[in-house]
Amino acid sequence: MAAYQIIDHIYDVVVVGAGGAGLRATLGMAATGLDTACITKVFPTRSHTVAAQGGVGAALGNMAEDSWQWHMYDTVKGSDWLGDQDAIEYMCREAIPAVYELEHFGVPFSRTPEGKIYQRPFGGHMRNYGEAPVQRACAAADRTGHAILHTLYQQCLKHKAKFFIEYFATDLLMDADGSCRGVLAWDLAEGTLHRFLAHETVLATGGYGRAYFSCTSAHTCTGDGNGMVLRAGLPVQDHEFVQFHPTGIYGSGCLITEGARGEGGYLTNSKGERFMERYAPTAKDLASRDVVSRAMTVEIREGRGVGPGADHIHLHLEHLGADVLHQRLPGITETAKIFAGVDATREPCPVLPTVHYNMGGIPTNYRGEVLRPTRDDPDAVCPGLMAIGECASVSVHGANRLGTNSLLDIVVFGRAAAIRASELVKPGTKHKPLPELVTQAALDRFDALRHAKGSAPTAAIRDSMQRTMQNDAAVFRTSASLKEGCGKMAGVAASMADIGIHDRSMIWNSDLIEALELDNLMGCALTTIHGAEARHESRGAHAHEDYPDRDDGNWMKHTLAWVDDKRRVKLDYRPVHTYTLTDEVEYIAPKARVY
Amino acid sequence: MVEFALPANSRVESGKTHKAPAGAKRVKAFQIYRYDPDSGANPRVDTYEIDLDKCGPMVLDALLKIKNEIDSTLTFRRSCREGICGSCSMNIDGTNTLSCLKPIEDIKGDVKIYPLPHMPVVKDLVTDLSMPYAQYESIKPWMQADTPPPPNAERLQSPEERAELDGLWECILCFCCQTSCPSYWWNGDRYLGPSILLQARRWLADSRDEAAGERLDALDDPFKLYRCHTIMNCTNTCPKGLNPGRAISEIKRDMMLRR
Ligand SMILES: Cc1cc2nc3c(=O)[nH]c(=O)nc-3n(C[C@H](O)[C@H](O)[C@H](O)COP(=O)(O)OP(=O)(O)OC[C@H]3O[C@@H](n4cnc5c(N)ncnc54)[C@H](O)[C@@H]3O)c2cc1C
Ligand code: SF4
Ligand code: SF4
Ligand code: FES
Repeated sequence: MAAYQIIDHIYDVVVVGAGGAGLRATLGMAATGLDTACITKVFPTRSHTVAAQGGVGAALGNMAEDSWQWHMYDTVKGSDWLGDQDAIEYMCREAIPAVYELEHFGVPFSRTPEGKIYQRPFGGHMRNYGEAPVQRACAAADRTGHAILHTLYQQCLKHKAKFFIEYFATDLLMDADGSCRGVLAWDLAEGTLHRFLAHETVLATGGYGRAYFSCTSAHTCTGDGNGMVLRAGLPVQDHEFVQFHPTGIYGSGCLITEGARGEGGYLTNSKGERFMERYAPTAKDLASRDVVSRAMTVEIREGRGVGPGADHIHLHLEHLGADVLHQRLPGITETAKIFAGVDATREPCPVLPTVHYNMGGIPTNYRGEVLRPTRDDPDAVCPGLMAIGECASVSVHGANRLGTNSLLDIVVFGRAAAIRASELVKPGTKHKPLPELVTQAALDRFDALRHAKGSAPTAAIRDSMQRTMQNDAAVFRTSASLKEGCGKMAGVAASMADIGIHDRSMIWNSDLIEALELDNLMGCALTTIHGAEARHESRGAHAHEDYPDRDDGNWMKHTLAWVDDKRRVKLDYRPVHTYTLTDEVEYIAPKARVY
Repeated sequence: MVEFALPANSRVESGKTHKAPAGAKRVKAFQIYRYDPDSGANPRVDTYEIDLDKCGPMVLDALLKIKNEIDSTLTFRRSCREGICGSCSMNIDGTNTLSCLKPIEDIKGDVKIYPLPHMPVVKDLVTDLSMPYAQYESIKPWMQADTPPPPNAERLQSPEERAELDGLWECILCFCCQTSCPSYWWNGDRYLGPSILLQARRWLADSRDEAAGERLDALDDPFKLYRCHTIMNCTNTCPKGLNPGRAISEIKRDMMLRR
């Protein structure tokens, strides 16, 4: 048994994560008088939200007529009917006050000549139920995430929220009755362990892009919340739906926002042809991401890729002129220069579909409460636990997320979680004692990894995992590739037993951090590929070549996946919500998805 | 008072050398500052030889390669790898910059990598930044306005007013400038330093903010603002191309104008 001295903390609520979702929840909770702690493994403004470029979606109608019902329709269609329409209604309706609130907080949005928030077109966002692209993405140049994240942190400072910065949360503390009682965290700078007790624990830990070899996500996007939930015996949902963004820079994987196409950029193949006109006659280059990524992959496969290896595609921005680029897309002009060595004002950028976003995650309802579905009640709630942001699956994104809907998701559901927590928790409520056993299990796992002496370095296991996922769970999938992938992943997961690290220190032991993160990524990768292997249809980002059509009869349902302590995956399913939240809008019945 | 005795642990010794694998053609040596807080031993400089043919273009790529393949104990902060999160600031080849944006190619000879200067070192390249974070909080970096915003709309701001924020709001709090400023080195406990003053200017420049008077009052202090002697190290080092030196002059101008 591992012996560590533990420092105890008692709060009404504890939020794990200080990206957009975590900060919006933290400030809402602090503002309503709940004693709130926010734990984060990186300083808040270094969270991955900072990298979001293009915009946050809301039907403000500042630049052209728009309505939240159209936004809802686009989101449902974008989700390929896997999204829950009650949650989608909530998000699209709340989008408008949420963006005004961000402006009131001080977000430096770009402006129209009349002084209103500037909006640009984005993939899949259309006028009048799919007619033509509409300007709905509220933008701060091409650094919208930076603008929002810094502003939310500033608001948290204003509300004097309590932060625990560079604390790494390792495991949830789950009581025998199945409720979550808090979280165990490691203070990297001091090298101490901390037990946080809370009436509600809110996971806001972001995505798990790093399960793949090439992604737009930061090194810290390691699915820690999803990993913790799986270890707590709870399921994750819809992990097989991984979004490939059409325009990652060839080589580095750094993102070029879809806003670049929103401003008039377009893609060409080696013949110089604007091929999206063939695949999506109405929306063209602004079709949904899954559609554009597949079209690009087909072009490359059929020998029409550009470059010496004919293995990527060109994105043209040069016709927009240096002025527009410098005013509206300064960040990506810089990024193209640094990471692709091209001057975007004169030449095309080399791009490739790149892993970008996880539609799946920890299942929740639209108030942010985590679900522990049972056969009788697929919407049963796990007491004491909430999840918001990219780590959660509400599900508003279903099988494919629309651009700008994630920044929206994090602020809307961050706020919803704060509202729900203030209903559930009375400030200052006493905590019952937590059995020692609960902490001990978390300590033992921590200690075992800290002293791991095996022969496989973390980096080597991570590399095999990333390459397997990249090859076998890609833009297009087949029964053969997925079956092979499941087998290979079992081998990779088994090699975790032979992991070895070299740093044994408690102070800023980044060797151990990476091993803990890999442990979390492993659960994410396994559930992704097993969920994909089982799903015999094509829907949104899951494009199965042996089952090329969507099959609503058999597959309009959410995948649930559990991982046991031998890293075996178990699957089950729960129904999609085929109803809206209010009578103000009708359920949108499934139909063919054409752009 | 000037202190002459060197503080504990400031003598840097030379450490281990990790040779490049046989057959490597384009070898570059990286000399990296190491400090192990557990042993309490003096810091040392370890040398890692890297085959550039098997390494990405940026200094961060080399650090990751070392951590992944040669020495997993090497410790540094990183996250976005595209120059937007501000995690990976360090002193490379004598200047403070972001390792993810610094091409290896731009460096002649061996690559010397140190933590941000004049900050307490926690471990290897990780410094303790609590001081500048606290200073950031001290300037109340949030929107202050008594006029209530319109209930169901944004506050209006013209494109020209919004343009006043350009060059200020993009700061990523990497503290490259802060830790390159000699005035901050010597008076870091009282002088706010360039990155914090740039942020102060960001709020003074925002047409929506109504607290300019109080903000200027709070800065009107012989130390907080007036320790800047326009040496311009800050502006020369900013990896995002911002100009904290100018922002500080603008605050001084605002101060003059209201006298
Ligand atoms: C390059 C890029 C561009 C994008 N552009 C857009 C866009 O234009 N519009 C849009 O809508 N969406 C965009 N997205 C998606 C969107 O940015 C993300 O989905 C969203 O920001 C996720 O926010 P989050 O708060 O859930 O998580 P994150 O911002 O990733 O934050 C996660 C937080 O959790 C903390 N954390 C994680 N694990 C632990 C742990 N174990 N212990 C303690 N703390 C932990 C981290 O420190 C961090 O604070 C983009 C994504 C990328 C990659
Ligand atoms: S200009 Fe001022 S802030 Fe900048 S380095 Fe010089 S003294 Fe420091
Ligand atoms: S002004 Fe530049 S160098 Fe200084 S903190 Fe901001 S981004 Fe970094
Ligand atoms: S890793 Fe984010 S700035 Fe370098």
